[in-house]
Amino acid sequence: MGDKKKQKLTPEQQQYQQLEQKHELKRPVVKNCIKAFLVGGTICLIGQAITYFYIYFFNFTEQTAGNPTVATMIFISMLLTGFGIYDHIGQFAGAGSAVPVTGFGNSVISAAIEHRTEGFVLGVGGNMFKLAGTVILFGVFSAFIVALVKTLLTMMGVL
Amino acid sequence: MLIGRQSWQFANRPVIESWASSGGPFEAEGNLAADFDILHDDLWMGQDSYEKAHRHLLEEAINSALQKVNLSKEDMHFMLAGDLINQITPSSFAARTMQIPYFGLFGACSTSMEGLALASFIVNYQGAKKTITGASSHNSAVEKQFRYPTEYGGQKPPTAQWTVTGAGAAVVTDNPDKSGKPVTTSATIGKVVDMGLSDPFNMGGAMAPAAADTIISHFKDLNIEPSYYDLIVTGDLGRIGQETTYELLHQSGLNITRNQFQDCGLLIYKDDQPVQSGGSGAGCSASVLYGHLLNQMKKGVYNRILVVATGALLSPLSFQQKESIPCIAHAVSIEMN
Repeated sequence: MGDKKKQKLTPEQQQYQQLEQKHELKRPVVKNCIKAFLVGGTICLIGQAITYFYIYFFNFTEQTAGNPTVATMIFISMLLTGFGIYDHIGQFAGAGSAVPVTGFGNSVISAAIEHRTEGFVLGVGGNMFKLAGTVILFGVFSAFIVALVKTLLTMMGVL
Repeated sequence: MLIGRQSWQFANRPVIESWASSGGPFEAEGNLAADFDILHDDLWMGQDSYEKAHRHLLEEAINSALQKVNLSKEDMHFMLAGDLINQITPSSFAARTMQIPYFGLFGACSTSMEGLALASFIVNYQGAKKTITGASSHNSAVEKQFRYPTEYGGQKPPTAQWTVTGAGAAVVTDNPDKSGKPVTTSATIGKVVDMGLSDPFNMGGAMAPAAADTIISHFKDLNIEPSYYDLIVTGDLGRIGQETTYELLHQSGLNITRNQFQDCGLLIYKDDQPVQSGGSGAGCSASVLYGHLLNQMKKGVYNRILVVATGALLSPLSFQQKESIPCIAHAVSIEMN
């Protein structure tokens, strides 16, 4: 907790929070990192295998195999989410299954399933991107900023 | 009768005539499966939404409690119930089915004891002959509202708790024949306590000071010692909240023994169930008290218990706006006559 936040607390609250900290179970950060590394790595390995599959068995190149690979990974993620498996993987792997594209797929699909009972328009349509929307917004925005910087640097002759 | 600062003593000793609980598949695998009257093997419970399943749980618990003593819903003068869903629709919709004059309560997970305290108060002062009170929660419906979608693969920290899918209901009456039945003898209404914690994945830590405050007030108001009770049981503090409350109580000089102090959220599940710090939810204390604990009292295991249900009065909006979590706890004393 930041010092700024702590200053707003009364002495009584600070005293209690110190006491509570003693009993609080900490996140096993090192263990979580190792698990995330292994599971995230495995997901990427599967992705790499699928890329080679598209290159060797279909007419894709290393540059063009990306799109069908991502689509396949999201499809697998969708099935795992729908069958209720992905959330268990997520509890075990943490960032390992949240960061790859499968995690993005899971956040969209789980929200769509969750709000199915409110109908297709207001439920599924309105809520599908409630978790992923922020990733899309800030992803596109950062891409825009990077592109702008690159364009300006090119115009100025730096690049 | 008001006693002390914030407690009621029920001189007429309202009787908990019957009780019942219902639960979901995860509770069926838990520690207290044998004490549930109705268990479902599917979270949908034959309904087409989790919110309807939530309502269904409460209706089943109420119907089951009424059936046990051959009473009909027309015999009930008032119904007091609540839950965690927006505008407490599961409870209110169950009240629509029941057609019993209804008080909708919101005390988050403390609703069960808020309901029992008020039901006892009404019965004690001849405001009603028979009342029914209950509380419920449904894991998927509550998680949907407060957290992420149920199938979302986010990692929960070890401080998180698992919302119980369950409901409990009890019939409180002024029956003069009290022999061999549990009666409510006093209640302490808690005040809202906020120690500045703002992590919604650590409810136990946030609720502990509220629980301690209510328990300390209870003993002060009634001028009794903790040894008066065979068991002091909290609603859903979980591992962290329980340890913290225990330390707070000892600091205040209350001599409570470790065995005497338990938590519904820790009783309900087995150790190997992946619930992090324990169970939570309005249905947690309701289904454990109106099932396991009262069954145990009937068997003679406990004679006097103090049930302290704790609630975190936050909303998904309030924590996104970086507000801390205000908490409350209500206690009701139940004794075998």
